[in-house]
Amino acid sequence: MIALKEDVPGYAAQFERRMSAGEPAWLRELRAGAMRSFSTLGFPTTHHEDWKYTNVSPVATTPFGEGPAAWPAAAPPAGPAAWPVNARLVFVNGHLSRELSAVRGLPAGVAVQSLAEAVRNGSTVLESHLGRHAGYSEQAFVALNTALAVDGAVVTIDSGVVLEQPVVLVYLTSPAGGPAASYPRTLVLAGRESRASVVEIYSGPDDSAYFTNAVTELVVREGAAVDHYRVQLEGRQAYHVATVQGVQDRAGILASHNFSFGAALARHDINSVLDAEGAECSLNGLYLAGGSQHVDNHTLLDHAKPNCASRELYKGILGGHGTGVFNGKIVVRQDAQKTNAIQSNKNLLLSRDAVINTKPQLEIFADDVRCTHGATVGQLDREALFYLRSRGIPVRDSRDLLTRAFAAELLDAIRWQPLRETLETELHRRLSQMVEAAAK
Amino acid sequence: MLQINNLHAGVGGKKILRGIDLEIRPGQVHAIMGPNGSGKSTLAQVLAGRDTYEVTSGKVLFEGRDLLALEPEERAAAGIFLAFQYPVEIPGVTNMYFMRAALNSIRKQRGLPEIDAFDFMESMKRKMQLLGMPEAMLNRAVNAGFSGGEKKRNEVLQLAVLEPKLAILDETDSGLDIDALKTVAGGINALRGPGRSFLVVTHYQRLLDYIVPDVVHVMSAGRIVRSGGKDLALELERKGYAELDEAAVSELVR
Repeated sequence: MIALKEDVPGYAAQFERRMSAGEPAWLRELRAGAMRSFSTLGFPTTHHEDWKYTNVSPVATTPFGEGPAAWPAAAPPAGPAAWPVNARLVFVNGHLSRELSAVRGLPAGVAVQSLAEAVRNGSTVLESHLGRHAGYSEQAFVALNTALAVDGAVVTIDSGVVLEQPVVLVYLTSPAGGPAASYPRTLVLAGRESRASVVEIYSGPDDSAYFTNAVTELVVREGAAVDHYRVQLEGRQAYHVATVQGVQDRAGILASHNFSFGAALARHDINSVLDAEGAECSLNGLYLAGGSQHVDNHTLLDHAKPNCASRELYKGILGGHGTGVFNGKIVVRQDAQKTNAIQSNKNLLLSRDAVINTKPQLEIFADDVRCTHGATVGQLDREALFYLRSRGIPVRDSRDLLTRAFAAELLDAIRWQPLRETLETELHRRLSQMVEAAAK
Repeated sequence: MLQINNLHAGVGGKKILRGIDLEIRPGQVHAIMGPNGSGKSTLAQVLAGRDTYEVTSGKVLFEGRDLLALEPEERAAAGIFLAFQYPVEIPGVTNMYFMRAALNSIRKQRGLPEIDAFDFMESMKRKMQLLGMPEAMLNRAVNAGFSGGEKKRNEVLQLAVLEPKLAILDETDSGLDIDALKTVAGGINALRGPGRSFLVVTHYQRLLDYIVPDVVHVMSAGRIVRSGGKDLALELERKGYAELDEAAVSELVR
């Protein structure tokens, strides 16, 4: 029995349940180690430098329950959970829903399974990758997820296989439960010279202060290329904390797209290690915070080896009393000569009360590198606004058009059309709400 | 169509327009010339509704309506169009989307239905051809990365699409070589007609060789100091603004 620093009984009980679920020894050890970390670390407070602007005390003090393991309503959820793709896994409150999932017609060499299923099947790669990349010794939320994750997705793409359609993973919280927590866990293994894209979508009801704590590990082998899309459309009162950890082998390419539109409080840690020569990583992010939403993006690019390139573009739109944080850390290790790293964070403030804290954090230990960073915070361009209005476009539409134009380059980078269209619609809807709220 | 009476305007307490009187009748082309800083561009922008400038006194009637009481978008719907001296770049919005949004916004304000997408494309293509613009420009972001000449053509394209009653051209000739100038002027001339008036603001006489005005006004220090026929532009070309200024001042003193 592990003594918990946080006096929240739910976690100990959930942990006991995990430990008695008949999982293999390696996984039980992993969970126990993670639980020990969590009990030592406790939830972070604003005294932690990395959590200075993000107060998770509401998460720490709420006794979250577990939501039902199946979609409760008669009608299945609309939207992404019903997209016609070859591989779609839908999870309800952290549990796989067989009824809502569909996996068919995948090319040979591609496996899309639920984590629980992969554990039961005795998947050999699991032991060497699950929990081995996303460190939990200092990250309380990663530790908690590792200890408590019930289910999730394991996507493996064998060497040389090209997957045309994206794998869609939908993590839903069901409506009408009490405040529930779920711990979605995703592992993607892209073999040598393979190509794949994976979409993770998070969504839930507006009337519940639920908690999603997600962890994703992305392993990009030599010459592989992975597009990873993270779409956070959680409900209005939700807490969403997530970590994505990439690890890239020689000439491996990772493109991360992080869209954060929902939740009352959202925190994303998006990290990758460029662990062999020629690796390339791009981090794209678009975040919205209106009303009293808070969104925090911490990114970490670890240039561990020479001749790697990273390009990062994060854009934020903040209105109402929305607050945002961008912390972009780039580490260039001593060995990582000829690193080329470009970072840019741009923010659009639509109201006087919106706040953004933006900070680049460069730690460079090599001497022959090219690293640039820049951050901007601004309002809509007055000249552009007048130009549009002089063409007959009413002031509200003009503002809306310019705001969407600000976000356009990140949406345009989405290669899969249904996702791009969904996000365009979502963005439009949420921006209109922001503008309407401002007009009241 | 447009009647300006004793218009005074400025920015941040600095007076720029010091009593403009001007009347433009339907179908007329008026040119406003004058040295830099005389207030030509300010007049153009004030008419389009730019809020940087504060109108301190005077009256502007457009087809009998109080123009100064209207928002910029309402002025556009009423039939006013300003071709900008420095068109604004808008990355992230395609030219096509922008022009359709503009046209439909104006139609909506006039109580007309949205234009059919196919009809719109066809008419755009025709108009672009007239202005020597490649169709690919429709899919480019508004003015983003356009050359000076492309931006000016794009302004005239918008003019052709929105078909205003009064088009104000603010230094549309600046930055154009002679061939581009001819094309742009040709595009503008094609739009001349009994129901459409033009106010052409220019520093140089050159443009007026191609867009022949009915009336030429000369501005100096925020006032119209002389008005005349198209020959006035030629006279200015010969004598320059300096001589005219002296003449104007003595005229005013008298």
